Amino acid sequence: MAKVRKGIEVSIAMSEAVAQANVDVIAAYPITPQTHIVEHLSEIVAEGHLDAEYVPVESEHSAMSVCCGSAAVGARTFTSTSSQGLALMSEIFTIAAAMRLPVVMALANRSLSSPLSIWNDHSDVMSVRDAGWIHVFVESGQESYDHVFTSFRIAEDPAVMLPVAINLDGFILTHMIEPIEYEDDETIRKYLPDVKMKNALHPDSPVSMGCFGMPEIYTEAQMHRQVGVVNSYGTIVKAWQEWGDLTGRYYRPVETYRTDDADYCIVTMGSYGETAMEVVDSLRGEGEKVGVIKLRLWRPFPFEDFRREALGKKTLIVVDRAISFGGPGGPVASELRSALYGVPGAPKIVNYVAGLAGRDVARVDFRNIILEGKAKAEKGDTDGFTLYGVRG
Amino acid sequence: MAKPMEKITWQEIETGSVVTEIGNARQYETGSWRSERPVVDAGLCIKCGVCWLFCPDSSVKQAPDGHFEADLVYCKGCGICAKECPVGCITMVSEEG
Repeated sequence: MAKVRKGIEVSIAMSEAVAQANVDVIAAYPITPQTHIVEHLSEIVAEGHLDAEYVPVESEHSAMSVCCGSAAVGARTFTSTSSQGLALMSEIFTIAAAMRLPVVMALANRSLSSPLSIWNDHSDVMSVRDAGWIHVFVESGQESYDHVFTSFRIAEDPAVMLPVAINLDGFILTHMIEPIEYEDDETIRKYLPDVKMKNALHPDSPVSMGCFGMPEIYTEAQMHRQVGVVNSYGTIVKAWQEWGDLTGRYYRPVETYRTDDADYCIVTMGSYGETAMEVVDSLRGEGEKVGVIKLRLWRPFPFEDFRREALGKKTLIVVDRAISFGGPGGPVASELRSALYGVPGAPKIVNYVAGLAGRDVARVDFRNIILEGKAKAEKGDTDGFTLYGVRG
Repeated sequence: MAKPMEKITWQEIETGSVVTEIGNARQYETGSWRSERPVVDAGLCIKCGVCWLFCPDSSVKQAPDGHFEADLVYCKGCGICAKECPVGCITMVSEEG
């Protein structure tokens, strides 16, 4: 079968990717804006196109619990959620990472209540930032489709064994119809081997999982996790490289656009990268030496890649999609400030929080943020953050 | 445990903190947690096994004559057996003094 290019809703393409990845178990509870992903998967299973168990659980807490059990026996496991659903499953979310269970999740990013909002920002994912999952952010439909395969490959690698969250902006990506290039099943089979889990639950080789850990052992267990997450970097880069070699679509932990000769850069994570590139093109036309740095990999944080791109620039204007209330700024800016702290010649960082709960951040807004941010940096006004567009 | 817990390095931890040695909870002697111990009046015991059934730590053993008593190596002294015994033959006695 040759490659097929389809005009399709991103959620549907993602669920078809999950089917192509030949998953064994899907456990999910529907929640906007993730709904179409799991709804379509339930149809694919019900119609017999995919030999998998679709478990329609009664809550997200149960969804992640089922996923843990399923991954523990070595079954390829997928789930998807958003916002309040993620909050409800957060107890088991952390356990999945600690028990090193290679679940893959499409996390359709949506703001947390309250006020109740179904729209997109990154407050949900930031609430589980430190749970020990691998976090990847995608910015287009094609990336959403591709990262289903690369994420299973990474999660299930015996050297990694970690759950992976594919973060995609709710509505902005999930409900968008885009042209997406599909790979044929043969390519996927070549790329994605069957799960081979060392300590899978099986009556013939019993093991105990999720045991009690006394203070004498807990610290060592956490060190093992820390090293596991940091070391997953090598497998992630290799998995993306091999995907690129197969499909021609290459991914890197930190992506750049027109940064080579840039004096200053706007930094984004997720779908905003696309708009930022357009605005950078128009500002370049006006003589502004500006570029875009886009974070694809959030955990493990790609310190070296980021420093390589950031050093030599005068200013970074970081656009966050969540607030750390009472803290130093948005989570991304805080991370980048920390990554550059004490590094000689590090660029100044100006932080904006924008686009909360789906409020539009159009090209004109990016233009304002970039130019105003540049002026702020020149004045040395780099503390804290600015909540872009707030009235009053 | 092949190695005492306080000697294990992080490199020796199994991925996911999986325990591959089966039944090693037995090596963890929880009896030291106890502040009260169950004392069974064997003469009153009707050998029904309710205490054995209810013990959350599988720390009740059957004696050769059929009556039940606590295994004090593991018994944490929770008192559930005393509470559940239908004939009241188990008394919780302080470990102090």
